[in-house]
Amino acid sequence: MFIIKEIQTAAYLFACILFILSLSGLSSQESAKRGVMYGILGMIVAVLATIFGQSVEGHIYIVIALAIASVIGVIVARKVEMTAMPQLVAILHSFVGLAAVLVGFGSYLDPLTQKLQGIEHSIHLVEVFVGVFIGTITLTGSVIAWGKLDGKVQSKPWNFKGLQSMNFILFSTCIVLGVFFYQASTLELGIIYLLIMTAIASFIGVVLVMAIGGGDMPVVVSMLNSYSGWAASAAGFMLGNDLLIVTGALVGSSGAILSIHMCKAMNRSFFSVIFASGAGGSSQGGEKKAIEGEVTSLGHEEVAQLLKESKSIVIVPGYGMATAKAQYLIYELVQTLKKEGKNVRFAIHPVAGRLPGHMNVLLAEANVPYDIVLEMDEINDDMSETDVVMVVGANDVVNPSAQDDPASSIYGMPVIEVWKAEKVIILKRGMSAGYSGEENPLFYKNNSEMLYGDAKSSVEKLLSYLK
Amino acid sequence: MKVGIPSEIYQGELRVAATPKTITRLQKQGFEVSIQKGAGQRANISDSDYREAGAQLIDTAAEIYAKSDIVLKVKEPSLEEITLMKEGLVLLSYLWPAQNMVLMEALAKQKVNSVAMDAIPRISRAQKMDVLSSMANIAGYRAVIEASFYFGRFLNGQITAAGKVEPAKVLVIGAGVAGLAAIGAANSLGAIVRAFDTRKEVAEQIESMGASFLTVEIDEDGATSSGYSKEMSKEFIEAEMKLFLEQAQDVDIIVTTAQIPGREAPKLILDYHVEAMKSGSVIVDLAASTGGNCQLTKNGEVYTTSNGVTIIGKLNQLPNQASQLYGNNLCHLLDDMGKAEKFRIDMEDAVISRAMVTYDGKINWPPAPLQVSPSAGKTEKNTGPSPEELKQREEQKAKSIAISMMIRIAVVGLLLLFVGKYAPPSFIQHFTVFVLAIFVGWQVISNVSHALHTPLMAVTNAISGIIVVGGLLQTKNDFSNTMTIIASIAILVAAINIVGGFVVTHRMLKMFRK
Repeated sequence: MFIIKEIQTAAYLFACILFILSLSGLSSQESAKRGVMYGILGMIVAVLATIFGQSVEGHIYIVIALAIASVIGVIVARKVEMTAMPQLVAILHSFVGLAAVLVGFGSYLDPLTQKLQGIEHSIHLVEVFVGVFIGTITLTGSVIAWGKLDGKVQSKPWNFKGLQSMNFILFSTCIVLGVFFYQASTLELGIIYLLIMTAIASFIGVVLVMAIGGGDMPVVVSMLNSYSGWAASAAGFMLGNDLLIVTGALVGSSGAILSIHMCKAMNRSFFSVIFASGAGGSSQGGEKKAIEGEVTSLGHEEVAQLLKESKSIVIVPGYGMATAKAQYLIYELVQTLKKEGKNVRFAIHPVAGRLPGHMNVLLAEANVPYDIVLEMDEINDDMSETDVVMVVGANDVVNPSAQDDPASSIYGMPVIEVWKAEKVIILKRGMSAGYSGEENPLFYKNNSEMLYGDAKSSVEKLLSYLK
Repeated sequence: MKVGIPSEIYQGELRVAATPKTITRLQKQGFEVSIQKGAGQRANISDSDYREAGAQLIDTAAEIYAKSDIVLKVKEPSLEEITLMKEGLVLLSYLWPAQNMVLMEALAKQKVNSVAMDAIPRISRAQKMDVLSSMANIAGYRAVIEASFYFGRFLNGQITAAGKVEPAKVLVIGAGVAGLAAIGAANSLGAIVRAFDTRKEVAEQIESMGASFLTVEIDEDGATSSGYSKEMSKEFIEAEMKLFLEQAQDVDIIVTTAQIPGREAPKLILDYHVEAMKSGSVIVDLAASTGGNCQLTKNGEVYTTSNGVTIIGKLNQLPNQASQLYGNNLCHLLDDMGKAEKFRIDMEDAVISRAMVTYDGKINWPPAPLQVSPSAGKTEKNTGPSPEELKQREEQKAKSIAISMMIRIAVVGLLLLFVGKYAPPSFIQHFTVFVLAIFVGWQVISNVSHALHTPLMAVTNAISGIIVVGGLLQTKNDFSNTMTIIASIAILVAAINIVGGFVVTHRMLKMFRK
């Protein structure tokens, strides 16, 4: 049973509309679930309309591949822990990249496209080349991002002097290869050029992400998301398929704007993050401010006492909370404190964690109602009226150097002004620096106290004293 | 190091420079503390409380001045007291150096190193020792309590079986620490609160405390780099007076807190304002000691005018609470000066050098200016280009933006023309769709709430799995065909991505709840 071309086109249009509704649905909590349903529906419509299209062959292989994929997909997505969400998203991006590369090669080998003549043929070749290039960068870049997020690859930015020029040379080589590819006389020769380019692009993808520090990972992940969209779009051009073009462009542009939003939140220029001009994005150089004061610490019982005596408490979670999986216990702590009539809220920095909105997801997992989870801008004004701020595994996002030390690499980044509160308690394992590698003068302030230890066990002890 | 606290000799001064709590703190810092008998009486602190806290009780002030290295006081010392002080003594007290030059000279002559707690610069680092703030906080709170006592009505609105009670309306003039504290207190008692200040920057603070910000229609900002307000132009004051008249007719309670350092308080509420107020209304003048913001205020007195308006020119200082806070401020300062062990007067320090008004036999007043206001940069801007110039610049800027916009559009247009000329129609059609889709994506995502970024990314990721369509179109019936193998793998990975992405998003969203 086949459907005619016109109906297929109509179905594609319907799928596009569903995708747009899906993305706009995700702009608010209330409609988010609906948004996902739209997305699923759109995907089903798109796949079915394609499978039942006139020119499709090999249904049996398609069905087998889809079945296996569905099983794997469901298992992976169910089993993954919420703390490992960034890694999962990153590795899924690499799959899209891989698929784009494969489709690119397939399209080049397709006997139908080889019959193309003149300008159409040229355009098709360019499309294949560009599609494979973007796909490859997405693929290897995502794999490295996954490695970094999973701790398998060192998260420190890998940077050296000639990095920029090397990237430039590699990139130019790819363009030259593109010209050769365009002029290749035989299919075999073309494939060889394409393969060499793929190898170089793989390397570029690796280098690009290696050079970006762990702190900038949220931007990288959303940027790779954008790339995967452009790769899909490029595939659409190769195959002359509007559905792919539209959907790819939707994903591509939304990923790009998300990255730009995040860069704004960090006060970094988008290009300095992407092209890894080092962590010193807005640093103005000069002598670093010397840190005055000494670090003082409190025991668990004293902190518990402090919490008992205070009225208004703000908790600032960071990546440390994610690694310690402390969100459940923290919420228990919050509930205990709330029962005693205290005003307890969470303050989330836009780039806390390793994924945009990472903290929100973790807190949601622990059933924290989202009306007590506030953004940095919403809570900064209240800081001066807060009795106790508990910083759980966050560092750079509460670093006062961002406001008062022009020599700091994070100078100019908006931060949560925890030091304005009466008292700041910092739950931390030791005195190591944050992802940016910057010392944090907050720890040395008069009104801040350290509470050493793993976030989870610390909170556990606090709970035992409070109950 | 020995710290001594003499009794306050001025009978109207109810506070004391140390409480049992702060004495414990001082001891922790390594100081030996002695206090004159009866020092805390007027602040409701008995000698036995002090003894329990570990302070040594001394009979006479003379002994304290002779034996201590550091003396803590509240009110500035009298000339007789100064003669009792030994050379090199460090005195921490209110001194009001600008008004008390004679006292300064006496202190310098006696070679007393005196810190004027009222001269601590109001920078963030010194907030913990800023006595003006801590005392103003109390004054602001007390002003409302006092006003509500004389007002004799509920402050909050109520609807009862016996009828409806209108909420009281409170006007707070000046939104410094005292003003903000008054706003907070009045607001929590249920009154409708309005506040006026010449500094535009405090509008946000006023609103955050629960009052509405009143302003006049003249664009003039009273903020200065010292953190206080400056005196305003004539037009501004006229408009201000008109505003106050309107308000005076409407509100029930006025709390004024406007002070200019070292000067007489500005007269803001004039006789005709008071005349316009309803009978039973109350004015609390926190600036009474420096002349009063209200023309009719009598310092140290509470009285009712002929038209029934009560004007309060004196306030209970909540001596116990105030002593505690003042004592804490002193502890913080001593903490900053190195506690007992490393005690040292650091004249390089921005705070100490400015508050140390007599040092080593010399008068060190007035201090070098220090910028404290968060918007200090603004004043520079005002002295820079005139409004016309600014306007011109803005026009120029707008012009250059427009020009660069035109150029960009022209370039884009030319590019499209080029594409249109050479590319086949099918490409143009796809290209159109592509560009429009980019704009749609951009618009749709622009206003996603931050908390949803992760789910959004998971969904866009799942959607980008649409590339599966590419694989679907490429499979052939013949599995030995390379294309079919490649396509099958493409379908496999893309579909894992689709299913995985949607399932994981669904999982995440299930967790979000209100």
